[in-house]
Amino acid sequence: MNKPIYGVMAEFDNPSSLVGAARAAREKGYRKLDAYSPFPIEELSDALHLHKNKLPLLVLIGGIVGGTLGYMLQYFVTVMYYPINVGGRPLHSWPAYIIITFETTILFAALTAVFGMLGLCGLPMPYHPVFNVPRFALASRNRFFLCIESTDPLFDRDKTCEFLETLEPREVSEVAH
Amino acid sequence: MANEPPVIDSPESKKIIAPGYTFGTITDQIASVVLTKKTPYVVMGTFAVAMGLLLIFLLAVGLLFTKGLGVWGLRGPTMWAWDITNFVWWVGIGHAGTLISAILLLLNQQWRNSINRFAEAMTIFAVACAGMFPILHLGRPWLMYWLFPYPNTMGIEPNFRSPLVWDVFAVSTYATVSLLFWYVGLMPDLATLRDRSEHRALKVTYGFLAMGWRGSAKHWAVYETASLLLAGLATPLVLSVHTVVSLDFTVGIVPGWHSTFFPPYFVAGAIYSGFAMVLALAIPLRSIYGLKGLITAKHLDNAAKVMMATGLIVGYSYIMEAFSAWYGGNVYEQAAMWNRMTGPYKYHYWVLIACNVIAPNALWFKKVRSNTVVLFIWSLIVLVGMWLERFVIIVASLAQDNLPSSWRVFESTRWDWATYLGTIGLFLVLFMLFIRLLPMISIFEVRTLLPQAKIKEDSRG
Repeated sequence: MNKPIYGVMAEFDNPSSLVGAARAAREKGYRKLDAYSPFPIEELSDALHLHKNKLPLLVLIGGIVGGTLGYMLQYFVTVMYYPINVGGRPLHSWPAYIIITFETTILFAALTAVFGMLGLCGLPMPYHPVFNVPRFALASRNRFFLCIESTDPLFDRDKTCEFLETLEPREVSEVAH
Repeated sequence: MANEPPVIDSPESKKIIAPGYTFGTITDQIASVVLTKKTPYVVMGTFAVAMGLLLIFLLAVGLLFTKGLGVWGLRGPTMWAWDITNFVWWVGIGHAGTLISAILLLLNQQWRNSINRFAEAMTIFAVACAGMFPILHLGRPWLMYWLFPYPNTMGIEPNFRSPLVWDVFAVSTYATVSLLFWYVGLMPDLATLRDRSEHRALKVTYGFLAMGWRGSAKHWAVYETASLLLAGLATPLVLSVHTVVSLDFTVGIVPGWHSTFFPPYFVAGAIYSGFAMVLALAIPLRSIYGLKGLITAKHLDNAAKVMMATGLIVGYSYIMEAFSAWYGGNVYEQAAMWNRMTGPYKYHYWVLIACNVIAPNALWFKKVRSNTVVLFIWSLIVLVGMWLERFVIIVASLAQDNLPSSWRVFESTRWDWATYLGTIGLFLVLFMLFIRLLPMISIFEVRTLLPQAKIKEDSRG
């Protein structure tokens, strides 16, 4: 029974209890914790201080890169690589470039948003210790879980379990690696 | 589930879904459509018909490849006819899905949550059908990659000053972004299916597609940011796609095409026909699968209102089109408009006016909006009307252009019909496979609509 574990996990049956528990755990000083819910909960992000992430910046960069590349591609082709003289009109016909520049901006920004999201979440991740808890299958249905991880400096197998029990969960279980 | 807390909060004033649902029952009801072995007979029957149409499509395309574009009714000067009409029609239908998933998300319209998933699927399949037509119309479809700029030994590149090249970029970007948006929305529900399915092969398949989603709060925070950003990106995109489609016409100098108000007029028409398709799909779906508690009368009512509002914009555009042709003083524009109203395409024109200008006014009445059978028929009328609108704009303008000696009335062939009906088959086959294999309603977004999902603040720890 003394094998190292991933953490301990408490199960709740409604989102309000989960948010309350997450706040209590933060107040108690736990920092390495994560909550699992079947839908996004705004208050939970507040409780766990999760509101800042780098995704908007990444998407902005992606959009700028896409727009620049799109414009440069058109400039290169119509001015340098394959110039077509139409009645002496300027080769650098920027109004005609607007649409494709816009499209490549959106395309690159959207690709960055999706792959950036996956990257920041560390997905795809086929294996994760929380899946070892049989009841965790309900996290995608109607149950709410709070997991305090063993890497937390305050983590103590028994004390953390006892603390979680005080939050009136349905069940507390250990998460094996 | 019996051990779940009952609904104690009084239901919100604006009820979006029927009362009495819990997180568990919502999950089970939507997931059961996918995880059961039974398929309703109506669905099987429709699938068989759709499959038949798809086979006709393959036949028509096979014939087109072997014999060339002459199998369609394309004869000079009408070298764009059903193919481009169908293209514009299908792309337009797709617009409602993106409007529902992106614009209504930004506007915080929560009723979208139970119809966005299948509307987005509709978008993707409609764009797939739309994409068929310009490609088949190329003459040598197997060289379609020439449309994209890539380093090649021929030393040539696409002409970036051409609206047709803009269209390639607009439609392919639209298809890509719609697909990504749809997939991102599916991930949490795929995780639900992974956890709910009992068969090992299903678990592995859905698990693979869900990419290990586990509903972590850290993930949800990033996920919500990503959804909002994608919605923000898709909003200008959806408005731009039909704008670019309309530029295919307005940049040309054909009388009846060369007009500055086409972009907003086309976008309104696109959303109009798209909502008609949403209704045409939602009304049978909710009754076949017993989802009336999730796709309620409220949804149909709202969709009908959007359809009517955009229909009125379309009606206004028709009036302005006729007015500006007359008031502009250009004899060719005047003649094109007059030909449209009284020439060989007058029946098409007046039927489309009846379908798109007169018919939507019935939706002012709540009795019409709340009668699902009438609403279903009305959405079909709108779909027919919008097809005729594109047909009249494209064919009536081309068949009688600037040079009367080259005028010729367009006649469709059976292969025009076969290709068009074939794409309807393709659309239905894809859509029904989607219904059978993926959750057609976004489970996690509907969960957020429940009163239980609201955090009670007295629980502060």
